[in-house]
Amino acid sequence: MNILLYLIPISLFLGGMGLLFFVITVRTKQYDDPEGNAARILSGQYDDKPKQD
Amino acid sequence: MTAAMRPQVSACPACSAAPAAEALAEAQLPDDSHVVLSLPTIHCANCIRGVEAALAAAPGVRSARVNLTMKRVAIEADAGLSAEDLIPVVTAAGYEAHELDTGALSATQTDKAGRDLLMRLAVAGFAMMNVMLLSISVWSGAEGPTRDMFHWVSAAITLPTIAFSGQIFFRNAWSALRAGRLNMDVPISLAILLAVVTSLWETSLSGEHAYFDAAIALTFFLLTGRYLDHRTRSIARSAAEELAALEVPRAWRLTDDGEEQVSVADLRIGDLLRVRPGGRMPVDGEIAEGQSELDRSLLTGETVPVYAAPGTLVSAGEVNLTGPLVVRASAVGRETSLHRMADLVAVAESGRANYTPLADKAAKLYAPGVHILSALAFVGWYLYTQDFRVALNIAAAVLIITCPCALGLAVPAVTTAASGRLFRKGLLIKDATALERLSEIDTVVFDKTGTLTAGAPEVTNVEDFTRADLEIALALAEGSSHPLSVALTTALRARGLAPAPVTGITEVPGHGTQGLWQGRRVRLGRAAWVGGGSSDLTATWLAVGDGPAQVFTFADSLRDGAEETVSALIKAGKRVILISGDSTAAVEALARRLGIPHWIAEALPQDKAARIKALTDEGARVLMVGDGLNDTAALAGAHVSISPATALDAARVASDIVLLGNSLAPLPEALTLSKKATRRIRENFAIATWYNVIAVPLAIAGLCSPLIAALAMSASSITVSLNALRLR
Repeated sequence: MNILLYLIPISLFLGGMGLLFFVITVRTKQYDDPEGNAARILSGQYDDKPKQD
Repeated sequence: MTAAMRPQVSACPACSAAPAAEALAEAQLPDDSHVVLSLPTIHCANCIRGVEAALAAAPGVRSARVNLTMKRVAIEADAGLSAEDLIPVVTAAGYEAHELDTGALSATQTDKAGRDLLMRLAVAGFAMMNVMLLSISVWSGAEGPTRDMFHWVSAAITLPTIAFSGQIFFRNAWSALRAGRLNMDVPISLAILLAVVTSLWETSLSGEHAYFDAAIALTFFLLTGRYLDHRTRSIARSAAEELAALEVPRAWRLTDDGEEQVSVADLRIGDLLRVRPGGRMPVDGEIAEGQSELDRSLLTGETVPVYAAPGTLVSAGEVNLTGPLVVRASAVGRETSLHRMADLVAVAESGRANYTPLADKAAKLYAPGVHILSALAFVGWYLYTQDFRVALNIAAAVLIITCPCALGLAVPAVTTAASGRLFRKGLLIKDATALERLSEIDTVVFDKTGTLTAGAPEVTNVEDFTRADLEIALALAEGSSHPLSVALTTALRARGLAPAPVTGITEVPGHGTQGLWQGRRVRLGRAAWVGGGSSDLTATWLAVGDGPAQVFTFADSLRDGAEETVSALIKAGKRVILISGDSTAAVEALARRLGIPHWIAEALPQDKAARIKALTDEGARVLMVGDGLNDTAALAGAHVSISPATALDAARVASDIVLLGNSLAPLPEALTLSKKATRRIRENFAIATWYNVIAVPLAIAGLCSPLIAALAMSASSITVSLNALRLR
């Protein structure tokens, strides 16, 4: 059962990564326009000159 | 919008009366302007491309980003560029666009609260999954050091999570306790804290039962309820904000060197303002120059336009119909009659504040009961076993089992489902308890002008005229944009008539239009000017040469769905009453047409509010539907109130529900749905109660293991959510 000593931290770490990514998506306002994003991904047009920040 | 007026301020430094204020404006001059436009017609990927490409090609625009969910576009542009410059660009691309007042949109704030809640929910969800997995091995028989280790790992996950995610409940509970009240959050906080404390103590003694999973699951389920609740409200709030933001408060002030556009908030008493035809009076005042007609229907309910000349007093909210006017402001901002109405509203609203939502009623019964039960269990077991540890464990189990997990979900889940469905039908629920109140009503009071009628008149007596006269009338009517002329034009064009050759058509603001036909003077306009008699109904007169003046009478066209709505309400057994500020003849005609048995005409705003109060005192639950300023007090005083989107801002603010579309048809459906929703809420309370009735004896008997607690809690939450979803 000693394998648990490795597996529990590993699973917590992986889950934590998922949580972290979710937090990042919330922070970067990726849930503000779900309909728009769904439509944009189907657009065949490419933005050749993305905005330079 | 502020950026648009600033260049004008700085364009004339010499003649500015307030150099200090101007310097301030200069200092704040932003290097870019932020414009938000509402795009009601966009719906697809091509629309996004179209709008963004058109705007990006416009000079001075730095970036444009469409939000399809909100149907808006946010534009960053060079300073000096305003919505007036950008709207034509979007319109040229084929999309309808309206300016939104960025000041009235506080969406970013609500977003922040929503995102904060979502974050706490995510953390709780993550922690719950992990703790539940660890608990499964405990439930399936882990023993000794393994079980202790699992408990400690669970504790390590649970404690920080609860400290972060549970804050909302703790804060609410604390403020309620400090005010000497009990709300739903008190038993929640107590259950969570007691569960964590006893579990920690048990774990340190390497005990068998730890409730970390229960504590964290409780937090997660309750946060889900809170989040649903918040989302429903923020959708309604942002839609309501959008309606308010569409009316940009702005006025044109006359100064020594011309006209300048200013915000209504900056107006002073004595300012001279230009009000164009079709514009709304921004202030109370007196007409200084010009002649026109005024539409007062939003304020008084009268449909007949009033003649306006220098010296006529005007109130904020009236609409100027024909000629340009110059108005001298006598009351601005909060002193205007528009805002004075707010006092009336405040008085009327105090009656409604007594309403207790179902959830609070349940909580009032529930919270003390739970605490007493848990305390009794503790005392009983302590006396019986003399063992503090056992007694505390049982008390914690009772609190966890009775914790209103399902209750916290029962109401938000139903209101979310119902509001979502009504929103798709074009009804915006602004108030959280509006649905519950809507389900209780037995009397419906309608306003006439702008609510049951569309505010657009229809000609009623075209048959009384000869063809030649009609053709002359059409020629004259086409020369004016007065609502009656427009109605006449539409009606006559629909009959396939062509205008007679009338020459030299001129519009005399405030009076009518005149011209020459076969060498004779022809006039269409107000009775006194044309030489006609008097009429009770809305009317306009036609005179050909020296012949007698003939009258065109008008009736208001019904709002879409008005007939069906009224008959459906009467059929459903509701008492329907029509109260209007309009003349007796007009109100009676409409009441007869719609089959409304009770009607009251020429009612002042106070009369309307008093009538509602009288009905309420008789025990009736009144639904008020109205749109005008004269309705606001009645709207606020009624048990629940609805106003159409075309209503004045003040009326929309005073009402609980806003009709977004043009039709009244969703009304009866909203009533049935609200009844259904309230029934679901009660059902959900019943489900939660039954689950308690079964599980609480187990907990008090000390038979409730963490496994049973977890199963019962999840099962009841899921049942309640599914029951709510049946509403769709």
